[in-house]
Amino acid sequence: MDIGLLGQYLANGIILGTMYALVAVGFTLFFGVLDVIKFSHGDVLMLGAFTGFTAFLGLEAAGVADPWVQVVAVTLVAVAGTAFIGAVIARYLVLPLKSAPPLNILLVTLMLGTAIREAVRLFYPDGSNPKPFPALLPTSSTDLGNFTLRADSVILVSVGLAVIFGLHLLINRTRLGLAIRAVAQDEETAKTMGINYTMIVLVTFAIGSGAAAFAGIMNGLYYNEVNFGMGLLLGLIGFSSAIVGGLGNLYGAILGGFLFAALQTIGAVALPFASAYKDVFAFGVVIAVMAWKPTGLIAERTSDRV
Amino acid sequence: MSRAPLTATPTTWLGLPPLAVGVLFVVLASTYAWLFLHAESEPEVLVLLAVAAVAAVIGGRTGADRALSSAMTRHSGAMNGVIVLSVVAVIFLLGTEHFPLLMLTTVLLYVTAALGLNIQFGYTGMVNFAGAAFFGIGAYTAAVMTAHTSIPPLLILVLGGVMSALIGFILVIPVVRTRGHYSAVVTIAFAVLFKTFLEVNDILGGPQGLMVGSMTILGWDFNNSPVLFGIELSFYVNYALLGATLAVVAFMFTRRLERSWLGLTLDSVRLDETASACFGIGVTRAKVLAFTIGNVMTGIAGTLYGMMVSFVAPTSFTFADSLLLVAIVLLGGMGSPWGTALAAFIVIVLPEKLQIIQEYRFLLFSVLVIAMLLFRPDGLLPRKVRDYVPGWRADT
Repeated sequence: MDIGLLGQYLANGIILGTMYALVAVGFTLFFGVLDVIKFSHGDVLMLGAFTGFTAFLGLEAAGVADPWVQVVAVTLVAVAGTAFIGAVIARYLVLPLKSAPPLNILLVTLMLGTAIREAVRLFYPDGSNPKPFPALLPTSSTDLGNFTLRADSVILVSVGLAVIFGLHLLINRTRLGLAIRAVAQDEETAKTMGINYTMIVLVTFAIGSGAAAFAGIMNGLYYNEVNFGMGLLLGLIGFSSAIVGGLGNLYGAILGGFLFAALQTIGAVALPFASAYKDVFAFGVVIAVMAWKPTGLIAERTSDRV
Repeated sequence: MSRAPLTATPTTWLGLPPLAVGVLFVVLASTYAWLFLHAESEPEVLVLLAVAAVAAVIGGRTGADRALSSAMTRHSGAMNGVIVLSVVAVIFLLGTEHFPLLMLTTVLLYVTAALGLNIQFGYTGMVNFAGAAFFGIGAYTAAVMTAHTSIPPLLILVLGGVMSALIGFILVIPVVRTRGHYSAVVTIAFAVLFKTFLEVNDILGGPQGLMVGSMTILGWDFNNSPVLFGIELSFYVNYALLGATLAVVAFMFTRRLERSWLGLTLDSVRLDETASACFGIGVTRAKVLAFTIGNVMTGIAGTLYGMMVSFVAPTSFTFADSLLLVAIVLLGGMGSPWGTALAAFIVIVLPEKLQIIQEYRFLLFSVLVIAMLLFRPDGLLPRKVRDYVPGWRADT
């Protein structure tokens, strides 16, 4: 295989990995603070992409034509709007169910995902058809031998990685991050130390949902399309990535996201069967990893309390 | 204890003994099911729904539910007989109508599959989000075997279950080793993997799917319409009767399993693995057993489903369908077979009947489930605490 094609696949894999990691980070943050899996995460991502798309239409209508202004505004509106929605979901649906059996929470959030998906399909104007997401980033490209480096890919990857790094700093270097980690470690003790528990949970859900919205915008910019069903598979992949990496661990989620993208890319390129089997291969490896490491690659440091 | 008067003194309702109440209830319920399956216009369906809601409230206020559950425990043999008879009666009353019978049979097969899942997570506490995949394994087994072999279809029914169990064995190591959410991701990954595999695999028909041969027992092809008293019935009557047989067998099996020492083992594994292990219970063995039994039941139901609809495609066995099965078990109440049956009826039939909201039915359905789990998290008919001595009656 020539080096150019390999580079193309590598670039594609890194973009996918960044997106998956951003989704997985949300799952792992929610699990950290509340010990719940919020399965509507993928559909929240879709909602973020649609919010961004609506913002773009609004900007067009308002006569703002500069693509840089547009892309920044679209991203900000989507992230802020989705973060708010995430906090609302946490306040009114997830927090009340905190002590319910995990399976019930899983089902409630799965159903919420269905509800969001259906609501967008039914109530968004012409929502059942895919929407052409605008190509707001410069489309110029540099030829490096056989390998075409697209400017938009470079921007997407660097901004995506910057966001992941920013999340890392937020969790590990700020007072807010300290509070989030404290709540994740021990809810009761964190409360006695004067941490506003509800507030931290809501903020965490806002951060996670914002990250998902960012991934949604990335997805829209990269594929130039958004549709109401895009969140389902992305959510499942994000969840699998978070689990494979080890729930509750930020680095586990990032590792899992890139691992899943790598598996998909390897499945599409390097294996002897048709590239259509890439998802079969990736999910098959996920199952195998779970058999090998039942609590994920970076295991939670917990012990059984009997 | 609210259970004490239930077994100590015979519970009457409006002066009727429990058995009479029970029989009356079954007759009313099956008439209701018949009317519901029959109902064609929207107002009819809405009126019937209102009737059910009012009846449930009145029954609860006047103590009919206690008389009923007393009938179920004290006259279980007679009650079960009456219920089976009434199901058969409903099948023959629907006799000539294809669509209601198709729905009824689908309900019966989903009950069988959901009972399998019930053993997995109602009793043993193992989540399985790949129910539709195991259902699909059965259906695809039926498709391949009816097309390429001359194995008698009744045997294929068994083989569908065996196949489902065998493929389940691939998952058994990760599923048994993992817990909770980690276990969920294994089955979710399998559900997605299974559907994607079917879509891209040309031998199994790809996205177009495969045709499935019909069921044949002793030379009687199920796609022939039976003639009774000179009336030509729908060929679905065949499938409905066999589906009812499967559901009844699955039901009896689940009840027996629950009452046995095995059921006790499964319950204890669900409640506390560590404590069970301390008492010498083989946790791994119990989990493998429950997982396999559940998959066999789901697979068998899927096999007959494939034969009935005579066509299988990957789109019938998506992750969303697996969720539907999980929703049935949770809505009915975990570990409660009657709840499972009731929930299966509601989940399958209601969306079909409310065509006026056709476009909005998934939305309404998901909102309904969310509301249900928020306000009645134990399900429609919650499972009761296990009797210390099964079948024990204070008054005899």
